[in-house]
Amino acid sequence: MSMNTVLEVADVEKYYGNKGGLTKALDKISFAVEEGEFVGIMGASGSGKTTLLNCISTIDRVTSGKIIVEDKDITRLRGNHLNKFRREALGFIFQDFNLLDTLTAYENIALALTIQRVKPDLIQKRVEAMAEQLGISSVLSKYPYQMSGGQKQRVACARAMITNPQLILADEPTGALDSKSARMLLESLQYMNQELSATILMVTHDAFTASYTDRILFIKDGKLFNELRRGEDSRKAFFYRIIEVVTLLGGELNDVI
Amino acid sequence: MSSSAKEIIQLMVELLSGLSVFVSFILGFLIVYANNFLIKRRKKEFGIYMTLGMGKGQISRILLGETVLIGIVSLAVGLAVGIFGAQFMSLLVVNMFDGAMDGYQFVFSRTAFFKTILYFGIIFVIVAGFNVVTLSRCQLIRLLSAKNRNEQMKMKNPWLCFLVFLIAAGILGVQYYRVSNPENLYYTEILPIILAGCIGTFLVFWSMSGFLLNIVQHTKKTYFKDLNAFVLRQFHSKINTTVFVMTVICLMLFMTISVLAGGLGLNYSFRQSLKELTPVDVNFISMDNSLLHTKTAGQQLMDAGFDMDLLQEDYVEVSLYSTDSLTVYDTISESVRNKSELDISDHPEMIMKVSDYNKIAEFYGKQKADVREGTYAVVCDYDIIAELRNASLEKGQEISLKGEIYRPAYENCLDGFLQMFANHVNAGIILLPDNQVQEGWRCQNFLAANYNGDTDEEKEAIEEQVQIYGEKGFLVSSKIEIAGASGGLSAILTLVAIYLGIIFLISSAAILALKELSESTDNKERYEILRKIGADEKMIRRALFRQIALFFALPLLVALIHSVFGLTFCAKMLESMGKIESFSSILSTAVILVAVYGGYFLITYRGSCRIIQNR
Repeated sequence: MSMNTVLEVADVEKYYGNKGGLTKALDKISFAVEEGEFVGIMGASGSGKTTLLNCISTIDRVTSGKIIVEDKDITRLRGNHLNKFRREALGFIFQDFNLLDTLTAYENIALALTIQRVKPDLIQKRVEAMAEQLGISSVLSKYPYQMSGGQKQRVACARAMITNPQLILADEPTGALDSKSARMLLESLQYMNQELSATILMVTHDAFTASYTDRILFIKDGKLFNELRRGEDSRKAFFYRIIEVVTLLGGELNDVI
Repeated sequence: MSSSAKEIIQLMVELLSGLSVFVSFILGFLIVYANNFLIKRRKKEFGIYMTLGMGKGQISRILLGETVLIGIVSLAVGLAVGIFGAQFMSLLVVNMFDGAMDGYQFVFSRTAFFKTILYFGIIFVIVAGFNVVTLSRCQLIRLLSAKNRNEQMKMKNPWLCFLVFLIAAGILGVQYYRVSNPENLYYTEILPIILAGCIGTFLVFWSMSGFLLNIVQHTKKTYFKDLNAFVLRQFHSKINTTVFVMTVICLMLFMTISVLAGGLGLNYSFRQSLKELTPVDVNFISMDNSLLHTKTAGQQLMDAGFDMDLLQEDYVEVSLYSTDSLTVYDTISESVRNKSELDISDHPEMIMKVSDYNKIAEFYGKQKADVREGTYAVVCDYDIIAELRNASLEKGQEISLKGEIYRPAYENCLDGFLQMFANHVNAGIILLPDNQVQEGWRCQNFLAANYNGDTDEEKEAIEEQVQIYGEKGFLVSSKIEIAGASGGLSAILTLVAIYLGIIFLISSAAILALKELSESTDNKERYEILRKIGADEKMIRRALFRQIALFFALPLLVALIHSVFGLTFCAKMLESMGKIESFSSILSTAVILVAVYGGYFLITYRGSCRIIQNR
C-alpha cells in the first residue's frame, strides 16, 4: 500500500448560527486519509459526522480550516473548479440512493460519464464492466422503482465508482437496507476498495457496517474522540473492539447491536 | 361593410393589440409562477447533477434547452390553432357587424403571426432569466435536503389577528362606502382607493389565517369531527405563501367579475337604448336649399328618382326653422349662463311648429307637446344641455321673437328628438305655436319613414337603395346604419370584457390548480399515513375535497363581496351612458365563472385524488 495522502483535513470548524446562538458542529477536526484506505467515521446522531462529510464533499462550506485533496485546498474552490473537482475527484453514495427515477440503471451510471464528456462508444464498455463487477448486470435496463433497495444502492456505487475518483464518500450507505442487502453492499464496497483500489470514506453509526473498514474515526460533539485501526484482526474481532469504544462513548450508540 | 364599421374594427384591433401586451405580462407572471413550482419539484434532481460535477451553468442550459423545446412545440401548436381560430373569429366579427362576406376568404395576418412570436419570445426570455436566477440562488445542501419541509410555523397572536381583521374590515368598509357614493369622488381618489382595497384584502387574509384555526379549534365539535383537524392544519401549514397567493387570486377574481359583469351589462344597456334611439327605419333631410320652400322632402326624393313605394305610406314630413333673432344664448337665463362652465353659443335655435313635432312624436312614440298662444316648449335629450335648459325653464325664462314674448309651457324639457343618432345628442328644438312660425325661417325639410318590408332581408335590400341617396343631396340616417356602428361599439366592449375576464379567470384558477396539485404530491405521504391509521377512502376524499374547496372558495368569497360594491360603482359611474342592465349580465358572468373556475376546481380535485391514490 503506497502512502500517498489523498485527503487531509486540518483544523476544520463549522458553526451553524442563528439568532438563538451558535452551534459548533465541527470543532477543530484534523485527520488524513491515505490512498487505498477504507475509512469509517462513527458517532451518535448530532455528533457532526454528516456535517464533516458534507464539508469534505463540498456540499457544505467550512467556517474555518483547510481540506486538502491532491495538494489543493478544496474549501477555496469556486465555480467551475468546484464542478471539475466534484466531477473528477469525488464519487458519492447517499443513504437514500439519489438515483434519477426517470432514468434506467444503465442511464444513471452512464450519466456520470456523459457529464465528464466521455466518448459515447467508451461508455457502454465501462458501464457494463462496472455492472459486472458489482453484480448488477441483470438490472441495468430497469428503472429505480423496479429495483430493490440493495440493487439501487449498488447502482449508486457503480455510478460513484465509474469515473475512477480519488475519493468515494458514502453517507450511511446501509441506512435504508435490510441486513442481507447491507452485507452485499458492504462486500461490494470492500471489493471496490481491495480490487479496484478505491479510497473510501464512509459515515455510519452502525458497528457492523463499520467493521468492514480498515480504520475508524470516532467523533463526539464535533471533536475527534478516538481512532481504531483494524490491523491484522478479523472482521469479527474488529467488530467487538468497535463495540467497546461505542460503549465508552457513553452508550449513545446503544442502538448499534 | 359600412365605413363606420371599418373604423370600429380598426379601433378594436388597436385596443386588442394594446391589451395583448398587458395580457402577455399576466401570462408571463403565470408562467414564471408555474415554472418556479416545477423547479422546486426538481431540486433533488439538480442536486444530484451537481454532486456528479455539473455546474450551475450547465444545469441552466439543460433547463433552457427543455424550455426551448417545450416552447417551440407549444408555439407551433398555438400558432396552428391560432391561424384556424382566427378564421372562426373573423367570421364571428363579420357576423357581429352584420357585414356580408364576399365569399369565404382565408385570413392570414403576417403581423399577428410575428407579433405572437415576439410576445412569446419576450415571455420566454423572462422565464429563462427567472430560472437562472432561481437556480443560482440555490445552495447544494438545500437542494439535497429539499424534502417537503413546511414553512416555519409561526403562531400568530389570535387577539392581534382579530384586531388586524377588524382594522382590515374597517379599511374595506370605508372604501366600500366611498365607491358606493361616487358623486363626491374625484378621479385622483380612485387610485388610493384601489391601493387601500388591495392592502385591506391582504390584511383580511393575513388575519384570517391567524384566527380561523383558533376559532375552529375552540369549537371542538367541528374541529375533531371527521378529518377537519387535518384539513385545517394542512391549510395552515403553507400559510405564509398562501396569504399572498390568496390576495392575488382574490384581486384577479374581483377584476374578472367586475370586467365581465360591467362589460356585458354595458352591452345590454347599449342594445336597450338603441331601440329607444331608433324608433323608425330611416330619416331623410334634404340638403338642396333651392327647393326648400317649394317642395317637401318626399317630393324632392321623388324628383331625384327615389321609389316612394320602398317606404310605408305613413311616413311623416316636417320642416325645421331657424332665425338669427333666436339663439341658444337667448333661451338660457342669465344666471344659469353665469354659473355654467360651458360656453353658451350664439347659434340660432332650431324651431319647429308644434303640430309638426307632434306628428313626429306620435310616429316615434314620444310624448306630444301642448303649446298654446304666447308659450313655447323645448325638446332636448342631451343631458348636459338639458340641465341648463331645465334650470332656465324653471326660472320661467321668457324669449322674445319679432316683438312677441313667449313663456315656457313646461318647467322641463320634453324628452325627444327629430333626427336619429346613436346617442342622446339632441341639444334642443324650440316648439312654437304653428301660426307664430314664419315660413321665411325654414331651413330644412325632413322626412321620417319605415321601410316597406317585413323580413330583415327585404329591409337590407331597401337600405341599399336608400343609402344611394345619401350621396345625392340628402342626409340619411337609418336604423340599420346606427345599429351597425353602435352595435359594433358594444361588440368591442363585449369582446374586450370576455377576453380580459377570461384571461384573469384562467390565470387565477390555473395558479390555484398548480399550487394545489403540487401540494398534493407533497402531501401524498401524509394521506398515506391517514390511510394506514384506518381512515377510509371516503373520509380521505372528503378531507381532500374540503382542503381544495377552502382554497378555491375563500378568495372567491372575498372577491364576490368586493364585486358587489365594485359593480355598484360601475353602474353609477356609467349611468350617463345608459343604465346597466344588471341581472342578465350578472347571470352570464356567473355562468362563465362557474364553468371556468368550477371546471378548474373539479380538475384539481380529480387530479389530487389520483395523485394521493397511486402508491
